[in-house]
Amino acid sequence: MAISIEQHTTTQPVKVAGMNQKRLGSFLKPTVFLALSLPFIWLVYAVLTDSLSRNPIEAITRFTGEWALRILLLSLCMTPLRMVLKKPWPIRLRRMVGLFAFFYVALHLLTYLLLDQQLDVAAIVADVFERPYITAGTVAFLLMVPLAITSTKGMMKRLGKRWQPLHRLVYIATTAAVLHFVWLSKGDQLEPFVYLAVLLLLMLFRVKKLLT
Amino acid sequence: MKDWMRVAGIKSSEITDEQLFRQRRTIIQASMAAGMTGFIGSQAYAKELPGPIKKWDSNATDALTNEETATTYNNFYELGTDKGDPVKHADKLVTEPWSVVVDGECNAPGKFTFEDILKPHAIEERIYRLRCVEAWSMVIPWNGFPLADLLKRFQPNGNAKYVAFETINDDNLPGMSSRVLDWPYREGLRLDEAMHPLTLMAVGMYGNVIPNQNGAPMRLVVPWKYGYKSIKSIVRITFTEKQPATSWNMSAPHEYGFYSNVNPDVSHPRWSQAKERRLAGDISGLAALFAKKIDSQFMNGYGEEVAELYADMDLTKFF
Repeated sequence: MAISIEQHTTTQPVKVAGMNQKRLGSFLKPTVFLALSLPFIWLVYAVLTDSLSRNPIEAITRFTGEWALRILLLSLCMTPLRMVLKKPWPIRLRRMVGLFAFFYVALHLLTYLLLDQQLDVAAIVADVFERPYITAGTVAFLLMVPLAITSTKGMMKRLGKRWQPLHRLVYIATTAAVLHFVWLSKGDQLEPFVYLAVLLLLMLFRVKKLLT
Repeated sequence: MKDWMRVAGIKSSEITDEQLFRQRRTIIQASMAAGMTGFIGSQAYAKELPGPIKKWDSNATDALTNEETATTYNNFYELGTDKGDPVKHADKLVTEPWSVVVDGECNAPGKFTFEDILKPHAIEERIYRLRCVEAWSMVIPWNGFPLADLLKRFQPNGNAKYVAFETINDDNLPGMSSRVLDWPYREGLRLDEAMHPLTLMAVGMYGNVIPNQNGAPMRLVVPWKYGYKSIKSIVRITFTEKQPATSWNMSAPHEYGFYSNVNPDVSHPRWSQAKERRLAGDISGLAALFAKKIDSQFMNGYGEEVAELYADMDLTKFF
């Protein structure tokens, strides 16, 4: 079975002269895991101590959505980071970062379905079809589901050559997620456009790589 | 004694503290149930409760939002776009001295100090529902006086069809460095809406001077319209012949109409307006996460009172 270079670097330990990659890996992964867990830990703490705003459902929705987007963009930084640093560790973090993004997206969606809409199916369906920002958010989530499912080593092996094209869906998912935020923001707020700029930069990098 | 109380000639003994206020509210509710009109109660604060009360408190079963919630969860973009920003940056808003320019189609224009504005008016307390376009709502006891009483003093002339308002435009306010809106914040009403007895100029809430984050020292309260129509920290009042430009309408005309009456049947592109989350502040912790939304009411429940303003209008077109 043919294995792409991308997969090769993710699955095989890489030795780099003058540096103990294994030690770096065993230190780096738990650190990043903890770092990406911190928003969730903070959120649980804030809910239990009642220190969110006086509209906690809105606060949770916003918080989980923003962190989902930030971590999703972070996952797209891993490949460029490897190219720039010429080190393999960003790729070894990529799956974990991507799964954390999915975790926060799932929390965001559950907050919307269970707490905000309280499973009011008619209201949810109307939202999905009538409000472009919710349509975009739905698309982003649906595209991320197969990516999360096929993120395991076993699935990578089974899908072989098809794995990488499938996982390029993340570009569409992230674009939809950024549009979701741009379209829902009131007035001309800066934050969603910062994410849009980061996304464009990351996409530009890939286009450039494709052309050279 | 608070400044505005002194200016308005109110003794501090006439101002209720929050507990008394709640007791009085019970009296109001009981009186309404009995179909009473006119002055209610026999205590010192009866002065604040003239006839129109029966009309505005049309849904007396609504529980009050607590003061902490109403003063810490605010939209006041000049102080920042997060709901907690206004209270955090409240001290950046300087309200003393304060003056208001009155101009346009009127016979008695001028520049007035806040004290000039306030002096002739008796302060009333009015409990209104406040419905934000973001589909949350509160029930707030405002202290103020009918806007009509103020506007009449400036003698609007025959050309005056609308009233435009502006919020303070001060570069020192932390939210104003971002171009989230085209500053200054502008709002407007048709003259008959402005003159409607429900329309209030508020200078206090919960018996206290209005906090900066809620629009000190004076703000509109137009209870049948979405919250952003109730412009805060007013520095200019202009009578106009043509419909004035308003900030959110300028920002996104298809989303925010000039009228912006609360209407569950006119869906906003971002928020269904059919329901709202009532923020009363009476539930906290995990329980607050499972609070049910309530159905939104046409004209925020003030439909009967304001019906004549919109008698021949297509409210889906003039939203």
